[in-house]
Amino acid sequence: MSITDKAGFLAIELDGAGYEHLANAVLAAESAGFHVATFKDAPEAGRANALQRAAFAGPVTRTIAVVPEVDTVYTEPFHISTQLASLDYVSGGRAGWIATADESPEAAAAVGRSFVEGDALAQEAAASIEVGRRLWDSWEDDAVIRDVATGRYLDVDKLHYADFETPADFAGTPYSVKGPSIIPRPLQGQLPVLAAASLVGERRVPVEAVDAVLVSAPTPELLTAEIRDVRARLGSSVTVVAELDVVLDSRGQAAEARVVASPESGRARYVGTAAGLADLLDHLLAEADGVRLHPAALEVELEELARLVLPELRRRGSLRAPIQDGTFRDLLGLKRPESRYATTAPGAGK
Amino acid sequence: MTRDIFQPSGQIQFGIFFQGVNSGTVWKAAESGSQTDFESFRHIVQTAERGKFAAFFLGEGLRLREHLGRPHALDVAGRPDAQTMLAALASVTKNIGLVATQNTTYNDPADLAHRLSSLDLISGGRAAWNVVTTDNAWTGANFRRGGYLDHADRYKHAEAFVETAKRIWDSWETAAGPARRVLHEGQHYTVDVTPRLPRSAQYRPVLFQAGDSPEGRDFAARQADVIFSAHPKFDDAVEFRRDIVSRSVAAGRGANAVQIMPASEFILAATEQEAQEKKAWVRSLQIGPQQAVAYLEQFWGRELSSYDPDGPLPDIDPVVEETSETRGSGFHGAKARQLADQWRAEAKDKGLSIRQFVTSKTARIDATFTGSYTAVADHLAEYARVGAVDGFNISPWLIPTGLDDIVNHLVPELQERGVYPTEYRGTTLRENLGLETPVRSEESVRV
Repeated sequence: MSITDKAGFLAIELDGAGYEHLANAVLAAESAGFHVATFKDAPEAGRANALQRAAFAGPVTRTIAVVPEVDTVYTEPFHISTQLASLDYVSGGRAGWIATADESPEAAAAVGRSFVEGDALAQEAAASIEVGRRLWDSWEDDAVIRDVATGRYLDVDKLHYADFETPADFAGTPYSVKGPSIIPRPLQGQLPVLAAASLVGERRVPVEAVDAVLVSAPTPELLTAEIRDVRARLGSSVTVVAELDVVLDSRGQAAEARVVASPESGRARYVGTAAGLADLLDHLLAEADGVRLHPAALEVELEELARLVLPELRRRGSLRAPIQDGTFRDLLGLKRPESRYATTAPGAGK
Repeated sequence: MTRDIFQPSGQIQFGIFFQGVNSGTVWKAAESGSQTDFESFRHIVQTAERGKFAAFFLGEGLRLREHLGRPHALDVAGRPDAQTMLAALASVTKNIGLVATQNTTYNDPADLAHRLSSLDLISGGRAAWNVVTTDNAWTGANFRRGGYLDHADRYKHAEAFVETAKRIWDSWETAAGPARRVLHEGQHYTVDVTPRLPRSAQYRPVLFQAGDSPEGRDFAARQADVIFSAHPKFDDAVEFRRDIVSRSVAAGRGANAVQIMPASEFILAATEQEAQEKKAWVRSLQIGPQQAVAYLEQFWGRELSSYDPDGPLPDIDPVVEETSETRGSGFHGAKARQLADQWRAEAKDKGLSIRQFVTSKTARIDATFTGSYTAVADHLAEYARVGAVDGFNISPWLIPTGLDDIVNHLVPELQERGVYPTEYRGTTLRENLGLETPVRSEESVRV
């Protein structure tokens, strides 16, 4: 379900904090009023594992959602399902997953797998997400019963085999995952799953498999049209998050002077004053459910965003109030779902 | 050479092993807390750090333990991913080492080495890897490759894996790079990676290993920094030390290169009598009537619920030929019928009921230190004096408060005797354990 009220949420990419300034950065983002912190994981020298950075950020924060990118192609679906469920526990139900599909031949070579490209990438992503979701449901919520009278810690009828098998038309190496999960159901039941809008749709990852999509366009002007196109293509059930690079005037230096030549991100970029950014975000938040900001230099932009941009958006009523002790699902307006196995399927081993 | 003569440090240290599985953890007491809530982990790791523990251990779950074809219901189960939990605990601790048990069979070397590097960097040089292997296809059913490894090949495979991981951790020339490319082509996997992370404050993660067969001990003597041993009893520990010293000298690593921390359990109180009463209570909660019968069912391969837990062992025979390892933990292939005969005779000889017999088999009798704080401290001081072990890896029987009395009462007694640290020596695990920093290997393969 998409968020219906006008106010949206803001996410910030914390890649720039690295692993050394992580606690300070995530606390600064939380106190600035950001709703979501994301953690990039594409292979790059000096970048530590995103899921672990998110896990580190979990216990030191209270309200901000912690959402790492995790690759679906060259990873073990059973491991990443367990890792993400664990992230939900250490963050008190504030975890999400940006499911990515690594397109680099280097990633394949690192783990000695055949290179996956084209449509097969989305198939791998869809399979990994399906495994993750089945495993998260494989323990019903009340599977741990601690019944001293019968000596049972678990109610085995509430544990279920995932019995996943890749579909017949799967282009990659087929595999299966038995289950149940090694960890009880995540606090949120199901973690919200996000993916690039380009990865989602017909003959790609099914829209029902994700809760939110990340929408990019080359310029801020094109972004609005792209958001509308994505909504038309994927329907209203999915939350839409617009992607925006930001470079702000800061510390007496004009934003234009701070723009450095960088590899094309494929995202729209805003360069200018804080007031101008507030106007743009106000506009984007009327179209999308949320916007994710990619600061040019985290510590510089975060300071300006905290001081000037977020207060202005709050004044205008464009930002949702952070939900104290809420989950990431709460923020996205998603109900906590019942386990898919709760009533229909027989227990594991039956 | 003096390097080849073992020098006792005169000290012992503690680690804590949060088990999360099996019957050792009591879940039936009023004080028994959650096995998954972060607060349980926070309490226990912060208590351990208050007690200057060297390390906090987590196991790895790859498949939920089963019993007669269904998930096992009677013991604690369901545990978080080790490295994810440890990364979170890194944010609420400063000094304690963070040890992740990780399997070489169902992980990829480049991925695992990268994640361990990440944990090491995020924690400021406090990460360690407890290297384990498995080969069974039953576990493989949760993974892309399925079961692929022969039992006989598992150490060969594990060693190639560990060596590849070490090369990955060695690959950055300076803290700023560049990295040299790591290539490995082996029977079971190939790796071609340019590592993305620099060395940590402790150079690379510390390596723990728990193998106990001659092959496993040689593997540890060549590769590990610390052995998580199964030999806590004094004489046994002294003998194990002697064996490891000779293997590690033979491997060219020096007599003190490999430390030893046996698995252990502590049941303590102010007096000996109270401790013994507490032990009886703990055992009754660890192995209840249902667990006792279920334990035998695993070896008999059939339901035995009609047998009285307080009566003799079942007179019927097992329906399986061999006990198997497919049930997930601790069961090793053996002739089932022969085992049943042997056990029946043993129980009859000693006059033990099913429950008493199973308690004697499962309770880690050798690994349990029971007594008053002062008596146990005196006993442990003796280990320190002769250098029988470098420390003990304690499995608390209660979560999350199972370390409280150890830290409040036993640790001060040990500190008074001068055999236990009063402060952390440094901030990295390697410093706190007193391990040498590895020397960077020279390699010819560069990008």
